[in-house]
Amino acid sequence: MSTALRTTTQTPSAAAATDAVTTRGLVEITKVRKSFGAAEVLKGITLTVEPGGVAVIVGPSGSGKSTLLRTINHLEKVDAGFIAIDGTLVGYAVRGRRLHELREKEILKQRTEIGMVFQNFNLFPHLTALENVTEAPIVAPRAGKPRLSKAEARDRGLELLDRVGLKDRAGAYPRQLSGGQQQRVAIARALALDPKILLFDEPTSALDPELVNEVLDVIRGLAKSGTTLIIVTHEMGFARDVADTVVFMDQGQIVEQGTPQEIFTNPREVRTRSFFSKVIEPAFNI
Amino acid sequence: MSSTATPVAQSAPEPASAGIESAPETPEVRAAGPVPAGETAPAGTVGSGSVGRKAATDYADYRLVPARHPWRWVGTAVVAVGVAGIAWSLATNPRWEWGVVAQWFTAQSIVNGLMETLKLTAISGALGFILGFILALMRLSASPLLVSVSWTFSWIFRSTPLLVQMLLWYNLGYLYEKISLGLPFTDVRFFEAQTTTLIGQFAAAVLGLTLNQAAYSAEIIRGGILSVDQGQLEAATALGIPAWRRSTRIVLPQAMRAILPTAFNEVIGLVKGTSIVYVLAYSELFYTVQVIYNRTQQVLPLLLVATLWYVVITSVLSVFQYYIERHYSKGAVRTLPLTPLQKARKFLAIHTPAARESKQERGTR
Repeated sequence: MSTALRTTTQTPSAAAATDAVTTRGLVEITKVRKSFGAAEVLKGITLTVEPGGVAVIVGPSGSGKSTLLRTINHLEKVDAGFIAIDGTLVGYAVRGRRLHELREKEILKQRTEIGMVFQNFNLFPHLTALENVTEAPIVAPRAGKPRLSKAEARDRGLELLDRVGLKDRAGAYPRQLSGGQQQRVAIARALALDPKILLFDEPTSALDPELVNEVLDVIRGLAKSGTTLIIVTHEMGFARDVADTVVFMDQGQIVEQGTPQEIFTNPREVRTRSFFSKVIEPAFNI
Repeated sequence: MSSTATPVAQSAPEPASAGIESAPETPEVRAAGPVPAGETAPAGTVGSGSVGRKAATDYADYRLVPARHPWRWVGTAVVAVGVAGIAWSLATNPRWEWGVVAQWFTAQSIVNGLMETLKLTAISGALGFILGFILALMRLSASPLLVSVSWTFSWIFRSTPLLVQMLLWYNLGYLYEKISLGLPFTDVRFFEAQTTTLIGQFAAAVLGLTLNQAAYSAEIIRGGILSVDQGQLEAATALGIPAWRRSTRIVLPQAMRAILPTAFNEVIGLVKGTSIVYVLAYSELFYTVQVIYNRTQQVLPLLLVATLWYVVITSVLSVFQYYIERHYSKGAVRTLPLTPLQKARKFLAIHTPAARESKQERGTR
């Protein structure tokens, strides 16, 4: 791990120093490896997502898409390689030529800059929609920003719920909401900390078909907002629509990446072509 | 009652007669069965026969006949007779000595004992559950040391009888004459005291009950925490919510639903469990009662006094349990069920004559 890290740490920090304004939300993933027991799930992933960019990761199940997403906010520790956000390493501090593992509190601060939306929403069922959104801004320690007071958090929370079209359901408990509404609350919750980066882990996979679009519409709106989005999804039409970069992963590796046009219309790799022939054709036939 | 007077002779024919008695009962009930069915049958057949093939009617003006449950009434009657029998014997058997019970029920010494019982329950219950919560978090932590300390604690205190623990704490002075706080293997002492002055009856009782309670509640709380979906912790972590807040604000309130029923079982057990401190001659409710009946020889009535007080405490706790569980079911159910009070109000609103008239008016409209 350390060899990979030492050689590459210079570049992102230099980049951050030179151009601080435009690098808000630059994600650099370099040679990341991760194993669960004997199974190697990520086999040296290198990927850069530009600030404000929208990267959509597609690929068969078990290809490591979700794991990659979870390494970005350090929910999973990488075994080798590194991940940097705007030139700052995630989970480690660079001091001289050493990497110091960060303590829980520091990692929490880093996480407040990275919002995450889960496949199963993971809303807190005992809190109302509004309380779900306001919880983190009130209690989470943030880098360079003060915590919000309850009143401030409430105003901000209502504003965010309004943005996802759910202001009138602020007092509802998650179980009183439809799946699509729950996922929209979850998106508002992730936005509450003004993250530089938003991660979406199959945000529509647990939804009924007719509820998918209300969630995708919200994400489309975010794509234009300048926040960096990294989205794992099986919605190919949506991916074609919203992505700057489409990344095709298989068996822990990036097989190919490019613009939606390149990947969906003229895939170079045989593996990509065969995957899309299974996934896209039936969808377009309907 | 009668069978005890003539034990052998009557025991044989009794079941036989019961059998004969029940025999005519069954056809009677069977005859009752078809009645509601017969009532509804014409409406049903007419409806499906005449309407089914012709134009569709709506059934808005039909009278609705609720489903009847004749066996429920039979069951209710049997239970009612049983309850009445027990109540009758309790009221009429002079040996229960209700006069004596009434005389002692609110006597000063009994009330003092009751207060001691409540005090012991409250203190050891609160301390026990706090310690139990800490032990549960230790057991679930990533540190192997904390895990094994917590496990060993539960192992020791769950495998020692409470009585033994109690006597051990009370007799700690025999094992260790002095208790001191200082640097080990040196003569430096910050604090030193005679064990017997430090641990009296009350301290021994609280120590024993608390540690025992902590061992059990640790497991209950751990079970509750494990029942909360892992995704909840993940979401809270991803939002940067600090660890302590994750436990207390996100996980614990959700774990409460699984913890509460068993925890109340434990507290109710503890109320009666405090009676074991009579071995320390600690004057809580049960010990007080024993002292009195040893003097007056009115053993059963006085035990009844204690029992009635335990029943009162348990009843009050059960009411608390109901409302606390209801509080924590917020968000877990779509709509909260009505409280008994709300149910009663609703029942009255529907069944008072005034309400019934207005309902009928609405029906005819």
